[in-house]
Amino acid sequence: MATVLETQAITKRFGGLTALNRVNFDLEERKIASIIGPNGAGKTTLFNVLTGIYRPDEGEATFKGRPLLGLRPDQITALGICRTFQNIRLFANMTVAENVLVGMHSRVSLSMGSVLARGRRFHEEESRLADRAATLLDVVGLGAKPNELAKNLPYGEQRRLELARALASAPALLLLDEPTAGMTQGEAQALMALLRRLIHEYELTILLIEHNMRVVMEVSDRVTVLDYGEKIAEGNPTEVQRDPRVIQAYLGRKRWGKITDTPNA
Amino acid sequence: MNRLTALLDRPGPATGLVIATIALSSIAVAYYPRSLIAFLLFQASILLLYFAEVPRRLKQALAFVTLGILMPLLGTINGYYLEVATQVGIFVALALGLNIVVGLAGLLDLGYVAFYAVGAYTWAIFGSPQAGRFISESVAHFPLGGGWFFVFLILGVIVAAGFGVLLGLPVLRLRGDYLAIVTLGFGEVIRVLANNLDKPINFTNGPQGITPISRPPLFFQPLLDTLGIPASPTVLYPLYLYGLVLLIVGVVILVNRRLEDSHIGRAWEAIREDEVAAQAMGVPLVRMKLLAFACGASFAGVMGVIFSAKQVFINPESFTFLESIGVLAMVILGGMGSIPGAILGATVVTVLNLQVLKGLSLWLNELRNAGVTILGYNLANLPTQLEPAKYERMIFGIILVLMMIYRPQGILPARRRSRELGGNK
Repeated sequence: MATVLETQAITKRFGGLTALNRVNFDLEERKIASIIGPNGAGKTTLFNVLTGIYRPDEGEATFKGRPLLGLRPDQITALGICRTFQNIRLFANMTVAENVLVGMHSRVSLSMGSVLARGRRFHEEESRLADRAATLLDVVGLGAKPNELAKNLPYGEQRRLELARALASAPALLLLDEPTAGMTQGEAQALMALLRRLIHEYELTILLIEHNMRVVMEVSDRVTVLDYGEKIAEGNPTEVQRDPRVIQAYLGRKRWGKITDTPNA
Repeated sequence: MNRLTALLDRPGPATGLVIATIALSSIAVAYYPRSLIAFLLFQASILLLYFAEVPRRLKQALAFVTLGILMPLLGTINGYYLEVATQVGIFVALALGLNIVVGLAGLLDLGYVAFYAVGAYTWAIFGSPQAGRFISESVAHFPLGGGWFFVFLILGVIVAAGFGVLLGLPVLRLRGDYLAIVTLGFGEVIRVLANNLDKPINFTNGPQGITPISRPPLFFQPLLDTLGIPASPTVLYPLYLYGLVLLIVGVVILVNRRLEDSHIGRAWEAIREDEVAAQAMGVPLVRMKLLAFACGASFAGVMGVIFSAKQVFINPESFTFLESIGVLAMVILGGMGSIPGAILGATVVTVLNLQVLKGLSLWLNELRNAGVTILGYNLANLPTQLEPAKYERMIFGIILVLMMIYRPQGILPARRRSRELGGNK
């Protein structure tokens, strides 16, 4: 299996706080990998670095062999990495279909001229986009509601719409930030089954941030554990579950001890 | 009321009703050319046409007849109406331009009139002897001939779009309040520049303004002469400018609609809704924001060129902060992000300012001069501080406040387009 994403010694500091400390991290093609860790461990920060929202202070990252850092978020999306957000960030006053269509922006090959001329090229492209939007909405089970405003959807459907919007950019790597938050166990498992399917259908690699441990352990091929911005364990779910450092991070320890023992870098 | 709306939903009766209203109101205007109510009725009939369930082709034909034939005809009876219609057209284009920036892309621009000024000065400087003050006679003779006007319509678009990008670049990282303040400053900078660029080199002639500005050539006059239609330039020019404005407004609406209903318009709206998410979904923020500023500015630029030719004289006083606010009020009153809303908003505000409120204060003045007594109080005793003309702005303000309380989404809010997605369902 080829490596899709590689990061080397990514460090991100916010003032005195080191949110990510020399994180090395690889992702293999067509796998589901998860990042877990206590609150504030740096999981979302890592997502933000990978999608170009933050610039790391040190380190390097490559996606399919191409350097990633320093690119803008939209350029990274065009390369084939797309994400969802922990706190849902849909385009609230646009319809379900329009949300998905915006997701395709980087794949639209129309010039300003052909938009204004509105000739055959425009209509062909628009109907191609509409077809794809319909397919994607069917995939996430929203095919019946293309004209609903995004803000009027119930919470679980908003999460699924965010997934469809991210898929719309035809990514090779999908970053999902707590996709099952607020879902029942049943819904969460249905979503994971869907993700499994998507990996094959769309030739995807998926990286999850998840708090729902049952889901993580069931679905992940590989789990990475972050704590205080450092990678403390990595491996398949069973390995990680047995790792004493992971157990310690989750069940607690004398945290003040750590702060005095190892002064911040 | 319900029966009326039900009537408008059925094609047959609706068509009849609309045609009858248009015909009756036109006749009313023709017979009572001084009656404000007759003219308002005529305008209302156009609105009725927009709402009524008339077959599409017929609707377009009727719109063409009302705006393209009846309006100019009525304009020959009362020239002031044509002036109002032309002003409305100019403001419709401005409101549509600002609607792209504020309504679609969500970038609050308080200095929009700057682009109008840029367009106006572009033609004013070269379409008058003004350019001769800093360009030697050996290079070119100024004013440029009237034919250049059409070149400058295009040039006005380009120059204003350039200024749009110029404003856009420094404000790319700003949002909301901060953006509003910077655009406000930009608007003032342009006005102050126009006011002071009379030295060391006299570009704008400062506060005195520029005059006389060439008007477009009446290239069709020989044709009228051979047809034996007697027409003097004083009659022809208002008609001609009205026609030009109408044509450009048509193009502006077309461009606006095509942009809005494309990936470009969707990207603008996504930026308005959530900038971070939009960029994460692949929308290039910088390019799309600059495009919004440039498109919005270009509409103002082309209307600026027409405005300077229409007025023959311009000075910085025409491009104050209040004008920017006025256009913004049109967009908000009509409904942000809505093309019909911007058009209606521009029309309502312009007609209110030019006709209704003015008519009201004139009427109150008449009452006062006639010494009418209301509730035992003789209006003739009204102190000058309470002179009716001073109520105009107040009433306009009250209307805005009431609108924002009772209908904050505007008169014709943006409707989401329903779409039929592909056939695989």
